[in-house]
Amino acid sequence: MTEIERHSYDVVVIGAGGAGLRAAIEARLQGKKTAIISKSLFGKAHTVMAEGGAAAAMGNVNPNDNWQVHFRDTMRGGKFLNNWRMAELHAKEAPDRVWELEHWGALFDRTKDGKISQRNFGGHEYPRLAHVGDRTGLELIRTAQQKIVALQQEDHRDHGDYDARLKVWAETTVTRLLLDGDRISGVFAYVRETGKFVVFEAPAVVLATGGIGKAFKVTSNSWEYTGDGHALALLAGATLLNMEFVQFHPTGMVWPPSVKGILVTESVRGDRGILKNSDGKRFMFDYIPEVFKAQYATTEEEGDRWYDDPDNNRRPPELLPRDEVARAINSEVKANRGSPHGGVFLTVVDRMPGGAEEIKRRLPAMHHQFKELADVDITKEPMEVGPTCHYVMGGVEVDPDTGAALVPGLFAAGECSGGMHGSNRLGGNSLTDLLVFGRRAGLGAAEYVDALADRPAVSAEEVEAASAEALEPFDRTGGENPYTVHQELQQTMNDLVGIIRKEGELEQALQSLDKLRARVANVAVEGGRGYHPGWHLALDLRNMLLVSECIAKAALERQESRGGHTRDDHPAMSADWRKVNLVCRLVGDPADPRVELKRQPLEPMREDLITLFENDELKKYLTEEELPVSAAAEEKA
Amino acid sequence: MSYEAKFRVWRGDAGEGELTDYTVEVNEGEVVLDIIHRLQATQAPDLAVRWNCKAGKCGSCSAEINGMPRLLCMTRMSTFSPDETITVTPVRTFPVIRDLVTDVSFNYEKARQIPSFDPGDTKPGEFRMMQQDVERSQEFRKCIECFLCNNVCHVIRDHEENKESFAGPRFLMRISELEMHPADAADRRKIAQEDHGLGFCNITKCCTEVCPEHIKITDNALIPMKERVAGQKYDPLVWLGSKLGIVKKGQDTPSA
Amino acid sequence: MSTLDAPAKERARLEERTLRTDRWRQYPIFIVVVFTAWVAYATVRAMMGQYYWVDEYHYLTPFYSPCVSVECVPGSAHFGEFLPKLPFFIPFAAISLPFLLLFRLTCYYYRKAYYRGFWASPSACAVREPHKKYTGERRFPLVGQNLHRYFWLAAALISLINTYDAVLAFHGKDGGFGIGLGSLILVTNAVLLWGYTLSCHSCRHIVGGRLKNFSKHPIRYWMWGQVSKLNERHGQFALITLGSLVVADLYVALVSGGAISDLRIYN
Repeated sequence: MTEIERHSYDVVVIGAGGAGLRAAIEARLQGKKTAIISKSLFGKAHTVMAEGGAAAAMGNVNPNDNWQVHFRDTMRGGKFLNNWRMAELHAKEAPDRVWELEHWGALFDRTKDGKISQRNFGGHEYPRLAHVGDRTGLELIRTAQQKIVALQQEDHRDHGDYDARLKVWAETTVTRLLLDGDRISGVFAYVRETGKFVVFEAPAVVLATGGIGKAFKVTSNSWEYTGDGHALALLAGATLLNMEFVQFHPTGMVWPPSVKGILVTESVRGDRGILKNSDGKRFMFDYIPEVFKAQYATTEEEGDRWYDDPDNNRRPPELLPRDEVARAINSEVKANRGSPHGGVFLTVVDRMPGGAEEIKRRLPAMHHQFKELADVDITKEPMEVGPTCHYVMGGVEVDPDTGAALVPGLFAAGECSGGMHGSNRLGGNSLTDLLVFGRRAGLGAAEYVDALADRPAVSAEEVEAASAEALEPFDRTGGENPYTVHQELQQTMNDLVGIIRKEGELEQALQSLDKLRARVANVAVEGGRGYHPGWHLALDLRNMLLVSECIAKAALERQESRGGHTRDDHPAMSADWRKVNLVCRLVGDPADPRVELKRQPLEPMREDLITLFENDELKKYLTEEELPVSAAAEEKA
Repeated sequence: MSYEAKFRVWRGDAGEGELTDYTVEVNEGEVVLDIIHRLQATQAPDLAVRWNCKAGKCGSCSAEINGMPRLLCMTRMSTFSPDETITVTPVRTFPVIRDLVTDVSFNYEKARQIPSFDPGDTKPGEFRMMQQDVERSQEFRKCIECFLCNNVCHVIRDHEENKESFAGPRFLMRISELEMHPADAADRRKIAQEDHGLGFCNITKCCTEVCPEHIKITDNALIPMKERVAGQKYDPLVWLGSKLGIVKKGQDTPSA
Repeated sequence: MSTLDAPAKERARLEERTLRTDRWRQYPIFIVVVFTAWVAYATVRAMMGQYYWVDEYHYLTPFYSPCVSVECVPGSAHFGEFLPKLPFFIPFAAISLPFLLLFRLTCYYYRKAYYRGFWASPSACAVREPHKKYTGERRFPLVGQNLHRYFWLAAALISLINTYDAVLAFHGKDGGFGIGLGSLILVTNAVLLWGYTLSCHSCRHIVGGRLKNFSKHPIRYWMWGQVSKLNERHGQFALITLGSLVVADLYVALVSGGAISDLRIYN
């Protein structure tokens, strides 16, 4: 075997999205020699897809907003399953993180008095989302990218080398975390361009790899979202938290095939958009659940009046919570009342008083998106939409303050970490999540490095094992095509562990995944190692399979419906289940490990935080014993 | 609605390569990237192509389709007739890694040479900027860095030797963005002309023509920048004024 | 970028000048034809030294405005006759035509058009240019393009004169007010010339583009907004005014030479 290049850093950040870049910036600001490893080019991360904005209680538009209100909204959105400490830190620190971006050159939309403008969004009590039109994610990535360049320019001035203390390894994929005993000692990676291996020796590693969407067939996520961070953490001995919570957005594009899954923003429905089936029927009226009957209109006339007069009318059922709408669309399609391409119709045609012009003015991005990608003019034709896998709330179990995972030296931030969003994420909270916890993980990693007595060493055997593992797909003859296996994995997850889950289907999914495990271990590729997409997919399959197993197991275990986890056979939310976190780890033979799932009690909320809520509200979520004393007393009285 | 389309795709690495013919299924509603993926999955598993979001938002899948620089994910197959042969080649201005993937490091090197945003003495949270003041730079910040503008620009596309002294439309636009940023305290006019080659630009507008974000690069970034440079460097009255001490010259920011 | 040594980096070898399959030659050919024809027409007319003034209706062609030579026919010189008798190739409007020519030569739109059409640099996007070297607008003489703003100023003054000419052209047979097709053509031409002049990129810079903070200069911001709107059509104005100049000149020439008589609408 040829010599493998080695590079030494203090902190290695895996992932170059918002969280990764923010973590790297912080580690470098703390004086640590830092590497960023990215599967894509620098600045291409999936964060660019975020449209709505970054939620931060700056109070620029409504001065009543503050961190306590934001905290409450976040906990409600997550159905009280959130790690409350994370929700607290997030709400408190988000404004500073946004202002910091502005100090690095970001240009947000402005209020009349020149402050950062904030917009309304689902689940947020006040206008709270700092935004730049509908491309806030791009602004965040570009700003962080340019801050990194600014730091590199500083290093160039001081050391004559841009990369002296902060280097971006673009198009490089990590396949293994390396351990010295139980501590992190580095990572093993390959450079996509050449296929050559490289070892990064580093005592601290920050995972910021994003989500898992590519395990599902229909997703708004890009190819990079193969659950790498989740799987790497598991393989290194860390744990994953509440993986059953996967957010499905009810309206993704279903056609053309190239953009299947791409989001159709919720504001289409907020702006008079209605859902129809192939019979032309506005079907949502048939799907108003008993508990919502009081708040939602029962006739089309009343629903239509709501847009102009929300005080005297009930809202139309198109605006039910995401999971309800997704479920309804699912049922219509299953009953063969779907649109030609397997979705339902979402239309704004003739719905706005100002006609086509108003549609273009209110929904410019959607108009553009459908025009360019689908050749559909939404002012004349309906859109075809269906549910799409959007975000995973579950992730690496971390310490809220430092982002530290259970493995010493391992940190995680952003979508690949768990806890912050509970069972359901509010729109707008993800971008500030990246910034708040990206920074904290970078800081945590730097402090960890400072406190180290000795640096862990990378052992030759581990490198050899990782290298052999990565080359296996080339050595196999007559193995399966990785694309075929991937498609089957996605189909399995979509069909059996999708939006609406049932015990039988989940068991079936676990059996299928069991069989897929053998097939993943048997995929083969041919050709050279330079920029070989088939090989890359073959290596990613291991990760997708691991997270899929975690999701399926946790989904089978949790016998209730909450946020991003809907069980057809257990449709209600249970206060007893709220006290439980489901935690995955790997056990058994390290060469062929198995996912093990454990229940773990949720830490009770701190006294001063719990009193931010009205007792009436707490009763909906907590068991009687959990209620604050006064509330429990009141209950008895 | 599906048909068999004729494709010619450049295959090769390290410069050596050739256009390879394929016949491949095309279905209704597909884009060129879908067809490339179908080739990958069925006929050429090692066909290299760079892509990410598939929605025209990340700027990864830049290539040339029938000779025109485009994003593979934003070129609908319905824009071609079924009997047309569609030629897909890597972008020409940058060295090829393999097949359709090129080494775009030129762009990242140029990005590093442009002095970053300089907030002056303003502290975080203290910025007060008006919407009309941020809008010009906001247009440029829509850029998804697909580098199609730098690829199409004849200054470096047809003259490799100019690469050293020309940053390309993308980064001249970045200078414009910072110059128009209401809170930026630096002055990059001198380096725009002297270090980054604004004077090479002969405003033939190909950058604007290929921009998938429809940013008016030439009219809104490059020409205003040329005018600003002219005001500082080529205006005889300004020159006279500075000689007479009427016009005060600020501090020029050096390249980073 | 990663640093692990990659194979020798070279561009993909493609010999074809371009792989474009659309009609990319159309624009450069159009430019060459139109510009050549226009320059030929304008040269001939500017040197002709006659048929530029219709005394009856006070029509003066823009090609002879302002007519400042001692040779100008009576009535046509509104701003004095201070140029002596000169050889035939010096036009009677010797103080305006060079500036108008330079204004158009240094115009950002015309630059695009002739660099593409005449200089093939490049003929069209993604079409290889034939030149071995390229230095852009950094050296003499092309560095002079940076003086566009001064030629714009001159052009704006001349537009004022053209406007004055157009107003004078509302002259009736009886010496009072009158409207003919000629007066309308001259007014239209003047309006289009203003459109071209005000939509200029240098104008956009001067009225407001050079400011960093629009919010502190609301009037200039408003003006910049208006100019920006016009500026989007600068190329169209550039081409249309070529046509309108020819139409105006030809009409005046034909009426002046007696080939046609002016269509009178009023007096």
